[in-house]
Amino acid sequence: MDTLRFTTAGSVDDGKSTLIGRLLLDAKGLLEDQLAAVAKTTARRGASGLDLALFTDGLTLEREQGITIDVAYRYFATPRRRFIIADTPGHEQYTRNMVTGSSTADLSVILVDATRGISTQTRRHAAVAALLAIPQVVVAINKMDQVGFDRAVFEEIGADFAAIAQSLGLGKFSLIPMSALDGDMVVRRGERLGWYEGPTLLEVLESAPAGRPATQLRFPVQLVSRSRFGGRREHRGYLGRVESGSVAVGERVVAWPHGIEARVDEIVTLDGALRTAGAGRSVTLVLDRQVDIARGDVLSHADDAPLALRRFGARLTWLDREPLSTGRRYWLKHGTQTVRAGIEALESRLDLATLQPDASATTLGFNDLGTVRVAVARPLIADLYAANRATGSFILIDEATHHTVAAGMISEAANG
Amino acid sequence: MSAVLDEVGSDRGLLGPDPISGRISHLDFLESEAIHVMREVVAETRNPALLFSGGKDSIVMLRIAEKAFRPDRFPFPLLHVDTEHNFPEVIAFRDARAAELGERLLVRSVDESIRAGRVKLRRPDESRNPHQTVTLLDAVKEFEFDALFGGARRDEEKARAKERILSHRDEFGQWDPRNQRPELWSLYNARLAPGEHLRVFPLSNWTELDIWQYIEREALAVPRIYFAHEREVVVRNGLLAPVTSLTPARPRETALTRRVRFRTVGDITCTCPVASEADTLAKIIAETAVATITERGATRMDDQTSDASMELRKREGYF
Repeated sequence: MDTLRFTTAGSVDDGKSTLIGRLLLDAKGLLEDQLAAVAKTTARRGASGLDLALFTDGLTLEREQGITIDVAYRYFATPRRRFIIADTPGHEQYTRNMVTGSSTADLSVILVDATRGISTQTRRHAAVAALLAIPQVVVAINKMDQVGFDRAVFEEIGADFAAIAQSLGLGKFSLIPMSALDGDMVVRRGERLGWYEGPTLLEVLESAPAGRPATQLRFPVQLVSRSRFGGRREHRGYLGRVESGSVAVGERVVAWPHGIEARVDEIVTLDGALRTAGAGRSVTLVLDRQVDIARGDVLSHADDAPLALRRFGARLTWLDREPLSTGRRYWLKHGTQTVRAGIEALESRLDLATLQPDASATTLGFNDLGTVRVAVARPLIADLYAANRATGSFILIDEATHHTVAAGMISEAANG
Repeated sequence: MSAVLDEVGSDRGLLGPDPISGRISHLDFLESEAIHVMREVVAETRNPALLFSGGKDSIVMLRIAEKAFRPDRFPFPLLHVDTEHNFPEVIAFRDARAAELGERLLVRSVDESIRAGRVKLRRPDESRNPHQTVTLLDAVKEFEFDALFGGARRDEEKARAKERILSHRDEFGQWDPRNQRPELWSLYNARLAPGEHLRVFPLSNWTELDIWQYIEREALAVPRIYFAHEREVVVRNGLLAPVTSLTPARPRETALTRRVRFRTVGDITCTCPVASEADTLAKIIAETAVATITERGATRMDDQTSDASMELRKREGYF
């Protein structure tokens, strides 16, 4: 059984928390005491039945204001698969949390309110999904019960979304009409959307491919151990996780940035040595010779070298209330390396109304998406984000406040 | 000599690798993620510690630390904040496990905080569970810890579901749920100002079922009270409350002997067992897979006072 990580995004009042509550309820992902607590709170507010949104709105303020403020992670399983949901708020000022939830997602569910159609928030959510290259997007056109289950409404919103997807270069997406409140097309098909022949939301979730990392070996070194591996005094262990590809004993690898070549002698784990280690596996590598490798270095195969970047083009989502300053230096964390970085130029800011880049922009503010040129004090051993999510991504950290101020994706290897 | 295992052959649990996608199994993914987090925090902080109580989640945490750092010693000590209202067998287990691993265990007790006047109880028999926060934050100050590894999971409770893997605490140990650092990809921001610290939750993405399956796969010992046993209890607020010298039956309550096990072990005054016949790991896993009540709902009186009691305690600096 594998795990699908997906994110849900919608504007305030699109019924996103209700959808998740419905999904958990109908897929039997909720337990009796959770049901009892929600029934009690629903009744105290003078409503009947279950207010499904109460399952996910976990913070006091969220329940008081009836909005989702921060990402909540939920776990459930069906006989076919395990799921991790990153339930991300739609409220404009919390879009940074949507970016957070999306960064590890295999699939994104974007909610649209059938009574209101595409909103600025929908455009923003689609832009984030495109920017983070989420492999699959599901557009859940919710509240179909409030538009009389009208197929024409569904198709009109679908056509509007297709136009957005095209301007953003968004990959694969599918459209599902539903009523999260009553459950139609979430887990059960219901009786009222007979004209829709596609899969239910759960069917899509159960069959969507779980994201597969890139095939090139990338092993960022986290720590170096000076233990005597295999009794050989001079041999160090390199602790890290295989971020993509795989590594096998006997293979020749190169340690970057210095380009030192060595052979893999042993793949050490507490459970014994491995012959190969695949993507996602945390191991300790022992090489056949003494080389100078430190935290931040990256191992690759000799014929599949990463880029070494001092200057590059990147897409940024700005996550902090204090706007981007091209005059300041930031910490840039990439893989297991942290370096000083400056934003040399802001090339454009994405205008969410037109979905066109605005080259006249002078800064990026909270929740803005844009394209920049970055210079770093030491080379990044990296790949383009389009080729490798793990080695093509970075964050910017404010030196003074230590806030994580931006999420970055390397889009262009530039020299000069 | 250690056996050489193929990647695919290294799975011993219920969840083997998916032969179609070739991805590593669910438990291996969770294990590797936890190891990765632990190594990142060790690399980026000055003086971390691992919270070890003898409970099942912290037992898994010790295994993750072994997987992350052996053959070396752990690059951090173990820390337990003891309410001195713990089950004696759990404390004995805690000491034995730390000794077996050859790692340093630091214990700071709520009793000391009470004697020092740092904690004032309203009633001598009230739960000491919330008061652990004072002792915990005092220990952070005493040892100048800048990161504490904890075994909390997001599936435990609604406020926990909102927490980051690296959770920032200000100089008063407070958690501000509305101002958390965004956590993207596997890029953790461990930067701190003087006096601040991090709470680090490598098991964030694990569920109660994952914990038991992992304990079975790794053949980890756990305190006996996790398994079904005969115990004197009273029925109180719909829960089974253990009858002990600290928590005698109250007037008009009748002590009954029931076959029970603990799903969670904590302060005796607020931790309740559940009726169970599960006396093996396999039976516990089967029972957990079909459980109809959440772990904390079934066992914790302190979480029943209000919908937000965990959030309130966490804001003050609780685990």
